[in-house]
Amino acid sequence: MTFLRQSLAIAAKDLRSEIRTKEALNASLAFAVVIFLLFSFAFDPANLNIDVNDYAGGLLWLAFAFAGALALNRSFARELQNDCLDALVASPAAPGVLFLGKALANFALLLAVEIVSLAVFSVLYDVRLRAQLGWIVLVMFLTTWAITVIGTAFSALTVNLRMRELMLPILTYPFLIPALLAAILLTADLFAGKPISAGNAIWLRVLVAFDVIFSLLSVVFIDIVLVG
Amino acid sequence: MESPLWSATPSRCALDVEGVWKYYGDFPALREINLQVATGSTVALLGRNGAGKTTLLRILAGLSKPTQGKVSVKGADARQESTRRRIGVLGHGIALYDELSAIENLLLFARLYGVPQPVKRSDEMLERTGLDRVRDGLVREFSRGMRQRLAVARVFLHDPDLLLLDEPFTALDDRAIAVLHSMLAETHRRGGTVVMSTHQLREALELATHVVLIQRGQIAFAGERRQEMLDDVGWLYRTYGDN
Amino acid sequence: MREKIMYLLAAAGIGLVTWTLYKVWFVLPKEANVAAYQILYFHVPAAFTAFTGFFTALALSGFYLGTGNLRYDALAAGVVEVALAFASINLITGMIWARYAWGIWWTWDARLTSMLTCWLIYAGYLILRRAIDEPTQRARLSAFLAILGCVDVAFVYKSIEWFRTQHPSPVLSIRSGGGMGPGMEAPIYWNWLAMLCLGTVLVIIRMRQEEISRAIDSLRRLAHAY
Repeated sequence: MTFLRQSLAIAAKDLRSEIRTKEALNASLAFAVVIFLLFSFAFDPANLNIDVNDYAGGLLWLAFAFAGALALNRSFARELQNDCLDALVASPAAPGVLFLGKALANFALLLAVEIVSLAVFSVLYDVRLRAQLGWIVLVMFLTTWAITVIGTAFSALTVNLRMRELMLPILTYPFLIPALLAAILLTADLFAGKPISAGNAIWLRVLVAFDVIFSLLSVVFIDIVLVG
Repeated sequence: MESPLWSATPSRCALDVEGVWKYYGDFPALREINLQVATGSTVALLGRNGAGKTTLLRILAGLSKPTQGKVSVKGADARQESTRRRIGVLGHGIALYDELSAIENLLLFARLYGVPQPVKRSDEMLERTGLDRVRDGLVREFSRGMRQRLAVARVFLHDPDLLLLDEPFTALDDRAIAVLHSMLAETHRRGGTVVMSTHQLREALELATHVVLIQRGQIAFAGERRQEMLDDVGWLYRTYGDN
Repeated sequence: MREKIMYLLAAAGIGLVTWTLYKVWFVLPKEANVAAYQILYFHVPAAFTAFTGFFTALALSGFYLGTGNLRYDALAAGVVEVALAFASINLITGMIWARYAWGIWWTWDARLTSMLTCWLIYAGYLILRRAIDEPTQRARLSAFLAILGCVDVAFVYKSIEWFRTQHPSPVLSIRSGGGMGPGMEAPIYWNWLAMLCLGTVLVIIRMRQEEISRAIDSLRRLAHAY
């Protein structure tokens, strides 16, 4: 239980910092809305001949992935100021605790950005959410955790590197393809009002497997990254 | 190079470094470091820049793993959780979060170190370092001296019995140094052990009971502090160093 | 000793490739169900070799983490580079074949798309290595990435395959157009063996480069230290 308690202490610390400055929150949110706007020029939701649901799922998750990277970059980077990372690693908290704490904080952050963005998105692109809201929320939780786990792990990986801001997206996005693919397909169906059935349940399983496996791998191996 | 080790039975050893090597690639930053630090001693770790002081301290603090060899603190491995609970580390940075208040910073570390009654203890430390009036102020707004004093508060928060300090006197102002001195004296009184690396020979030698000189990643001298060192700060380097 | 192994493997590799080229060009039928199917005999083994490389890198990273011996890291880096080269061969031959078979350069075929993703993942591995100067840190962080990368390869491959069963695209495969005759599959495996031999030679060369650069790095540190 110490593991969980220490993780929550670190998660609380990160969230408290972020809520006070709101830097990452505002930037990510603004970025997501800008992406929605830009995409409207490429895909023109006003064109009634194209069914918005054909591409809405993809668009949404692309925006979330891009906006998320903005927030994830800062995750371990903020520990470099004042040498805080050294103090955390030297503390009795296991490296897995540090990782989990930060992942939990990032998850909350990303989810907050996504919920607001989703509301904006449904207005801009006239997408009906109510029919399958429960499933949509579930898919959001699972995919956001996938993005968070990989993003946080790679944030730790790149924290001391020169080109940190560039390296994180380059490394993270190819890794996330299976999870994003699953999310896009599921969301496309859910936006069209179709529930999760035998046909697309496999994608839910992909998400769950991705989450479980990469969470375990990260927590177990993160000490390689954090301890010199 | 002779390295006379003062005798200490393993159980009385606060720190036992056995055959430690640290490689960065093919480059040996530390070579065959053997060191035993008896409980209750204050060790001044001296050496030129790049000699390996910081590398050694980082390994002792659990921030780095030796490529070869073993580090034990009171018989247990340095990376174990129970061991790290008893170690206090002060590095170059203050290791405090600018966006949190003084009390929030201390509470975070109190929770990570499993300090009993974290709020009470944190308030105690704030009082001892003269920061109780800015308890809820954000560290971002503190003066440099206040930040340094809070850093000192953080280091001693969990009552460590082994202190690892990397050039503590360099960054501190007078008031912070006074606080640090008093805390170190108290730790020493209670039988705690201190290892501090420093360039400020005078200050460190006055506090130290033992001296270790590192040269080119190896121990050039390890023994009790001698009068010659206090009289003439360069004596150690001239006698044991190879300038 | 290393030299002898290199020459032996190079000879074996070249010999095998020559033999399969002969078989493919002169022995097997000129036409089959799909146009220019001969390129398959390089396209498929290249993929096999690339994946062999990715898994080998995983094992080598594991050995490095277990022993701390930087030799394993140098090997892993070499293997990934060579695997990436073969992945590139797979992608390029795939594109050429698509042009002949379907008239377009890229068909979003499941296997090609997966290989492109794996290519990006391991290109990231090499970019990461470039960004780290200190050899021990580089080895540690690369090992972490190699472990996660190899597991992800499994996810990528399977998920894109399932995607394409639901949303079909033009498929680059001889099997889809009706089976291959007897004796037609063997050259694929011989070529795979050839590529493994040649790949190993390249890895050995690359590993030597990596070790020299590590020695230079330590000399530089020595010169600036103390």
